[in-house]
Amino acid sequence: MNMIYILIGFSILLALLFLLAFFWASKSGQNDDLYTPGVRILFDDEIPHSDKKKSDEDQE
Amino acid sequence: MMEKTSSSVETICYHCGDTLPAKPYLADSKQFCCLGCKGVYQILSSHNLSNYYAYNNVPGQTQKKAKQHFDYLDDPGIAAGLVDYTDDQVTTITLFIPAIHCSSCIWLLENLHKFSHSIFQSRIDFLKKQVAISFKNQEISLRKVVELLEAIGYEPLISLQDVVKKQQADHSERNLITKIAVAGFCFGNVMLLSFPDYFGLANFEQEFKSFFGWINLAFALPVLLYSAKDYFSSAWNNLKRGVLNLDFPLALGIAVMFIRSVAEIVTHTGAGFVDTLCSLVFFLLIGKWMQQRTYHYLSFERDYRSYFPVAVTLIKKGEEKPLPLNELKIGDRILIRSHEIIPADAILLKGEAKLDFSFVTGESVPVEKVLGEVIYAGGRQLTGAIELEVIKPVSQSYLTQLWNNDTFSQKDSIKTFSDSASKYFSIVLLAVALCAGLFWLNTDINRAVASFTAVLIIACPCALALSSPFTLAAVLSIFDKNKFYLKNTAVIEEMARIDTVVFDKTGTITNPDAGGFVFEGQLSDLERQMVCDLAKNSGHPLSRELVKYLNLPSRFPVDRYMEKVGRGLSGWVNGHALKLGSAAFLNLRDPDRGSVVHIVIDEVYKGYFLARQTWRPGFKQLAVTLGQKTDLHLLSGDHDHDRQLLTPFFPRAQQLHFRQNPQDKLNYIRLLQESGAKVMMFGDGLNDAGALRQSDLGIAVTDNINNFSPGCDAILDGMAFEKIPQFIKLAKNAVKVIHMSFVISLLYNTVGLFFAVQGLLSPLMAAILMPLSTITIILFTSITARYYAHLNKLL
Repeated sequence: MNMIYILIGFSILLALLFLLAFFWASKSGQNDDLYTPGVRILFDDEIPHSDKKKSDEDQE
Repeated sequence: MMEKTSSSVETICYHCGDTLPAKPYLADSKQFCCLGCKGVYQILSSHNLSNYYAYNNVPGQTQKKAKQHFDYLDDPGIAAGLVDYTDDQVTTITLFIPAIHCSSCIWLLENLHKFSHSIFQSRIDFLKKQVAISFKNQEISLRKVVELLEAIGYEPLISLQDVVKKQQADHSERNLITKIAVAGFCFGNVMLLSFPDYFGLANFEQEFKSFFGWINLAFALPVLLYSAKDYFSSAWNNLKRGVLNLDFPLALGIAVMFIRSVAEIVTHTGAGFVDTLCSLVFFLLIGKWMQQRTYHYLSFERDYRSYFPVAVTLIKKGEEKPLPLNELKIGDRILIRSHEIIPADAILLKGEAKLDFSFVTGESVPVEKVLGEVIYAGGRQLTGAIELEVIKPVSQSYLTQLWNNDTFSQKDSIKTFSDSASKYFSIVLLAVALCAGLFWLNTDINRAVASFTAVLIIACPCALALSSPFTLAAVLSIFDKNKFYLKNTAVIEEMARIDTVVFDKTGTITNPDAGGFVFEGQLSDLERQMVCDLAKNSGHPLSRELVKYLNLPSRFPVDRYMEKVGRGLSGWVNGHALKLGSAAFLNLRDPDRGSVVHIVIDEVYKGYFLARQTWRPGFKQLAVTLGQKTDLHLLSGDHDHDRQLLTPFFPRAQQLHFRQNPQDKLNYIRLLQESGAKVMMFGDGLNDAGALRQSDLGIAVTDNINNFSPGCDAILDGMAFEKIPQFIKLAKNAVKVIHMSFVISLLYNTVGLFFAVQGLLSPLMAAILMPLSTITIILFTSITARYYAHLNKLL
């Protein structure tokens, strides 16, 4: 049963790592703006130049 | 209103979505309403950024506005006050851009580096409408960056407040979140380690008991020393001032729990109350966070500084040079260009002054001034450039001296129910604990200590402390959905106490988008059409309202269009010479009747459109409903020609006051308060700022929450104006809900106390009772708050 001491030790260490990760995230401002990143991720990647002009003209 | 079917297909500007004039501007076979919109499109397409138009239809804002001058940004002193960070290579600045409103805005502004390689990063905070830009200051100047933003239709609003109160980043919320994270982390782990004890440990597992206990204690330390720190300091500070607030029993409970846990674990007599302690702190902090969550993207602390420019153009020896506003002295000669704000009381020396004082008074009709006349600060010049001589420093002007009033130095914080109840609660709690301890003292010393500490632990008013934040936060979000934005939760409790309501007139109870026009004279349908086509070319507020009122699609192109800003328009439409404008513009003899547009077609006078003063929709009903329970007053800065119209709305005619200057308004509110009234004030302009501040509850009414509104406790969207009685009712209900949840949490406390006074409280019972009462309160408050919102038709 002595294994329990080691297991609990590891589990707490692991949990502490997650807590530290949260501190880092919070400190670097990741929780300050919860809206914009959600929009940002929806933007398409850059369309190559030549195609782009065309696709613009296709619209409307 | 007459309806007219038109064969012309209605089209809108590709950039901003406004209706097109008869002769739209063309580029790449796309149509634009004005040169500005077309210009923005051309800049974007030449930089391969046409995707801007792909993410949203008509993402732009109309460009029919005067260009601003940003010369002052070249002045290093002024620029230094604005930037966040600068060294010899990189400068970072955060700018507020009111035009940000859709995902296209985010996309475009985060692609600024495509315009210039010297800008290497731009990040948007959408809700705050801010963009943070980093650029290489050797290659591009701050002025160039700002001018680029303006060129693409996103001009930043740079105000004096940016300099005076350069926001030091507010990290209090971030700190609270970290505290919650620590408490939650410890709470979870402690629960895991406490569960074996709840279910009972077998004999061979007993060796773990003290091991678990010690680990639990280790987890309790950061909760006690870090997460719960504020409760101890707040309780201590209040105790020093002789006040017993709710933090006192909380801090006492936490401390006692910890001490007793240490004692039990060290002496191997029990498992301690670490689990209860961690859950208590965790829930309390969540309640605090709920209460603090406000609209950080709305500013409630605005004053004249957030409206005045950072710099003004000084004329010295015939040369123009930008000067920081706070260095402006008496006797300085300044140049005010079209659409700039007059920052200090001054005498008009040169030029034609036509001033829009709508920010100050809410009145949109421009005021004309002649040479030598004194112009008060706060007006916006509409026609061409003028030259002025400053006669008073910025802080001493007619308008701004209001802020030197001591009303602005401090405002008592609102007294909340939980503050006043906690005093009695603490005293009763201590009394019960002492009685229980003394009762057992003679028979069993251990039991005396046990019962004394148990009372303090179980009566720790966790549920009590949470009932206010959760109820008020729920109500706050309901108000939010109805476009009523409160500064903080305490405002709700204040609102429930209101017995007197004071209104400002112009812009507050009148509808700023004038409800319509009355036409005097003769005008055929065709002539109406021509008037509408001509007026569409002008950006003047009256022209725009006229177009809105006539509501006709464009039909005829306009030739030889001329506009004398603020005076009138002329042009050839459908082969006729049309002139619209003021009496002076058309050389007519006409008494001044306020907002009038005269019409002359082919030199024949056709009549005039008179702008009608209309009340906000629902004002009549509102006055009746409010008048039943509260005392209504009116304070207007205007002349009293509306007295007759307004008298029916107000129960007593002597409570209508006209020609009130800002100081008068403030004094009137103070007088009401001295007679014992709890005053709620509705206002909109800077001239109401003093009264809003002085009143117990100042509410700014605005039609665009991102526009300027004076410092206040709450911002009300004009659309929600008629819901005011419902808001007040819900506020009263919210206070009732708080009272009810107080009773519920007291019931839980009594049950716990029953066991505690006998010294029979087990850690397991505490660990169940505390979260159970908390969850009951959270559920009860959120459900009843929503129920009352439904009753008041606010959901």
